[in-house]
Amino acid sequence: MSVGEALRLAWQGLLANRLRSGLTMLGILIGVGAVILLVAVGNGASIKVQNQVQALGSNIVYIYPSSTKAGGVSQGFGSGSTLTQADVNALNDRSQAPDIVTAIPVAQASGNMTWQNQNWFAQTTGSTQDFAQVRAYDIKTGAMFTAADVTSSSKVVVVGQTVVDNLFQGQDPVGQQIKINRVTFTVVGTFASKGSAALGNQDNVAVVPITTAWNYLTGGRGKNISQIVIQATSADTVKAAQTEATNILLNLHQVADPTNPDFTSQSQQDILNATSQITGTLTVLLGAIAAISLVVGGIGIMNIMLVTVTERTREIGIRKAIGARRRDILLQFLIESMVLSGLGGLLGIASGWLIATQITSIKIGSLASLPQPVVSIPSVLLAFGVSVGIGLFFGIYPANRAAGLHPIEALRYE
Amino acid sequence: MDSRQPLISLNGVTKVYRMGEIEVQALRGIDLQIVEGEFIAIMGASGSGKSTLMNLIGCLDTPSEGTYLLEDVDVAELDDDSLAMIRNLRIGFVFQSFNLIPRSTALHNVEMPLIYAGDSAQRLERALAALDLVGLADRAHHQPSELSGGQQQRVAIARALITEPAILLADEPTGNLDTESSLEIMRLLTRLNEQGRTIVLITHEGDIATFASRVVRLRDGLILSDDRQVPREPAGAEAPSEQAAAEAVS
Ligand SMILES: Nc1ncnc2c1ncn2[C@@H]1O[C@H](COP(=O)(O)OP(=O)(O)OP(=O)(O)O)[C@@H](O)[C@H]1O
Ligand SMILES: [Mg+2]
Repeated sequence: MSVGEALRLAWQGLLANRLRSGLTMLGILIGVGAVILLVAVGNGASIKVQNQVQALGSNIVYIYPSSTKAGGVSQGFGSGSTLTQADVNALNDRSQAPDIVTAIPVAQASGNMTWQNQNWFAQTTGSTQDFAQVRAYDIKTGAMFTAADVTSSSKVVVVGQTVVDNLFQGQDPVGQQIKINRVTFTVVGTFASKGSAALGNQDNVAVVPITTAWNYLTGGRGKNISQIVIQATSADTVKAAQTEATNILLNLHQVADPTNPDFTSQSQQDILNATSQITGTLTVLLGAIAAISLVVGGIGIMNIMLVTVTERTREIGIRKAIGARRRDILLQFLIESMVLSGLGGLLGIASGWLIATQITSIKIGSLASLPQPVVSIPSVLLAFGVSVGIGLFFGIYPANRAAGLHPIEALRYE
Repeated sequence: MDSRQPLISLNGVTKVYRMGEIEVQALRGIDLQIVEGEFIAIMGASGSGKSTLMNLIGCLDTPSEGTYLLEDVDVAELDDDSLAMIRNLRIGFVFQSFNLIPRSTALHNVEMPLIYAGDSAQRLERALAALDLVGLADRAHHQPSELSGGQQQRVAIARALITEPAILLADEPTGNLDTESSLEIMRLLTRLNEQGRTIVLITHEGDIATFASRVVRLRDGLILSDDRQVPREPAGAEAPSEQAAAEAVS
């Protein structure tokens, strides 16, 4: 018997028991649909996090002061304020660091802001005029402060979208006077939104010249630099820029033991690797949970195929009497079970895909904040293959049972 | 005795069914030769072993002892696939309970043996021709549940004939039919026999057995008698096809 003939028989068999076939398919449908959907959700999350890491800036290396070990006792992360303006100047020396475009110092201050009777709390960052470019912030209105502002420690500030929304209540912030820690600043510009974030809200920021931050906001902590952000010339030179920066700083800080420096550097790639490891695990986990329901669906198929074989014992006897060989019967029931699961799989792919593309338009509670799921083609192909495979695997036992029936006993079956 | 080479040759054939501790001796030693072109009726009381004998002849089962030569081949030496092939090509079965595949059209039921034979040449035409032979060409696309008992049995006969087997085995083919349909089936079998087909018919109705040219009686798994007779001339045997069609329409 040809496969085409077996397919026709299988189709007839499925049509003969529509409700039962439908319910059995539902098991596979849900399993496959869940795999497609959950893997898509995991993928979406992973792509979103990656985009956010990209949004931190392009080709970025961070330098942090590191915990220095004094006599083997760790002083805690960031406890040493070992980064200085001299470091920044050295990193900006093109002859020593040809792969670095700019290095900017960053000083953090807590900033309780007020405007008229409105209050808001945002991270206030002191940096240079290059901050916007290095951290990939676009100016929405007004302008970034200038090098002259940094030199003269002007009391000017550029604020992010979250600050605009919460402090100014719809008014144009540019030109407004706000108070940060009771010091009056003039708003000269606003940043365009970077969108919602898993890595902390990058829109809840206020940036002032670093000299201003030192003079008015960081209190008695002197010319503290909490972080140096380096921009490399291109994606390919990030590693080189990181090495150059490390060598310059090792040299400048006269670190005796290079394995235990007083600073650490971290490239964007390092962050990406760490996060994609986490989101990758998440995707696998979600997929695995869904796969369990696929196995349950497969057991449903086996169950129904056993019922079908028992019900059609007499038919099997007739077929054997008129010349069906063992493999003809085997093929007939195997194909029937594979068609059952394969069809269920196709429907599951369709519904999983549909839900994945529609899910963000459903605004129910926490669902609304889900990242847009991204259906991956390999997961679709895999799910279809696995569903047909499940039909094969779980169909073997019932089909074998049918094929092994003795013709006389099958014919006598009532 | 017939001088021709026997088509079927049973020598000392026994069949024992084991059900746990209990053994049932269904056949106790059968010697039987059937030559090509015979129309033989096997009679006997219920439980005398008629169906068991037919299953052995039809290669659906194997003897416990003794030898069965079908066209000079010892069936005991064949594997399952070869037996399936013999059932497919050399033997046609007709059962008391028709045994059509439910939810498949008459046409599909009739072409089924060709499918298993892997014989796709003009399959539909041949199946239609076989249905025409039993007078059911106009019922080709009906399912068994939409046919009368007599019509279902004729579909079964068409199915048994489709691969043009040497032997037609019929186990009480009229057992579930009324008198008129029974006669219809018997006329059809007679006509097939006249065309040269060997027919082994099982029945416990003496009336039905009169159509055969030889009657073998069984009792308790043994042959009681083996007689030749002049078969009854079936009324209306000249035009069974038209008559069948007429019956189908009425
Ligand atoms: N599969 C089986 N298992 C056990 N015993 C069986 C089996 N088939 C038949 N028998 C026994 O073998 C004997 C012969 O049975 P068989 O079916 O050949 O009788 P029969 O002549 O066809 O009877 P009937 O006219 O009622 O159809 C009976 O005693 C029956 O109980
Ligand atoms: Mg019987």
